[in-house]
Amino acid sequence: MTTLFGIFLLTLLLITAVAIVRSRNLFISVTLMAIASLLIAANFFLLDAADVALTEAAIGAGISTVLFLGALFLTSEQERSATSRRLLSFAVVAAAALIVIYATFDKPRFGDPQAPVQVHISPWYIEQTRELIEIPNVVTAVLASFRGYDTLGELIVVFTAGIGVLLLFSSGTPSADNRLLFSRLNLGLRRYLIPRVVGRLLVPFILLLGFYVQFHGEYGPGGGFQAGAIIAAAFILYALVEGERRALRVIPQRALLAMMAGGTILYGAVGVAGILLGGRFLDYSVLAADPVQGQQIGILLIEIAVGITVTGVLLSIFHAFAARGR
Amino acid sequence: MELLGLYHYWVFAVLLMIGFYAVVAKLNLIKKLIGLSLFQAAVFLLYITMGKVSGGTAPIVGGGTEVFSSPLPQVLILTAIVVGISTTALGLGLVVRIREEYGSIEEDEIQALDEP
Repeated sequence: MTTLFGIFLLTLLLITAVAIVRSRNLFISVTLMAIASLLIAANFFLLDAADVALTEAAIGAGISTVLFLGALFLTSEQERSATSRRLLSFAVVAAAALIVIYATFDKPRFGDPQAPVQVHISPWYIEQTRELIEIPNVVTAVLASFRGYDTLGELIVVFTAGIGVLLLFSSGTPSADNRLLFSRLNLGLRRYLIPRVVGRLLVPFILLLGFYVQFHGEYGPGGGFQAGAIIAAAFILYALVEGERRALRVIPQRALLAMMAGGTILYGAVGVAGILLGGRFLDYSVLAADPVQGQQIGILLIEIAVGITVTGVLLSIFHAFAARGR
Repeated sequence: MELLGLYHYWVFAVLLMIGFYAVVAKLNLIKKLIGLSLFQAAVFLLYITMGKVSGGTAPIVGGGTEVFSSPLPQVLILTAIVVGISTTALGLGLVVRIREEYGSIEEDEIQALDEP
């Protein structure tokens, strides 16, 4: 039954994807992208990836849509030129799709317990998490402890992308018609009753969910990446309802910059603390007298660092787009 | 039923190529970025599909079950989604700057403007 539901969702996803590419109106494309994201998130959930589903729903359907709409606002909604070399592109793409499909016949069947991914290294991680870290969520343990290096690298990529967006928007002057449009946007949706009431009602609960996801990430699905996205989404909703300026009064630009850098530095500092206490870089076992407790403290700190940076970067990017017309 | 086990991978292949088609055939820069996002989503789907084991649950220990889907692909994709949105935002920022300098986000018009 679950498999059938998954197949139904995937088929819907393909139909949505075709509609996204075919539509000439970019506004429709972006809206359909949000639906596609939600379908993908539902699929992740069916595939036992609760953490990933949470992230995809918050980022793909939430923040990504807002950013794309912001970009449409600053550029144009209508796709003008015709498609270039449509037949040739289609032939190349179709041939590539067939090759990939041909390759899939060699893959282990869906859900096969004997597939290499299931027997090679996964049991080791699940076993070691129980022994060394003693937290229920294996995904969090692998993310923050076993593969802490990767996560540090990825956090730095997120940080760099945030800096990049700020840098891009620090030069040049916004066009005059953008400025006109945004003077209206600054009012937010305060004038409209329903968005105002619903928005104000939802923001505190979204924030609460964000903090729950942050601090419950070791026991259930959650962690810094998801929580950062959810908290950022709450503030973006606030900015959309109350206007961008009021949102900046809650968390000013300087605070956002401090969050971006501070989270990344905190992550690195936890790593260095491991060295100073006689261990290796990002070795949390030495952070407390009991190695298991040390691991848990380390993971908690790392997740907080990730949450702070992701919130800071996503909000900075949003404000960079929103402030372009001021 | 045997072939049904590959359906997820076929969806991956088709979705990947739908995204790729938008990147190569469409001239609108935002449409290209949308295509890139679809391409990316297809890869995410491939990874998560591979980690699924039949009869398993999410890799959270202590629910009474002993069969878990592989946590490793989930970790990779979890961080990849956040990195993906950051890089997409950077791309959108570039598009907005291009529009401000050239007054267009269509590739052919931009190229025509660049020729002396």
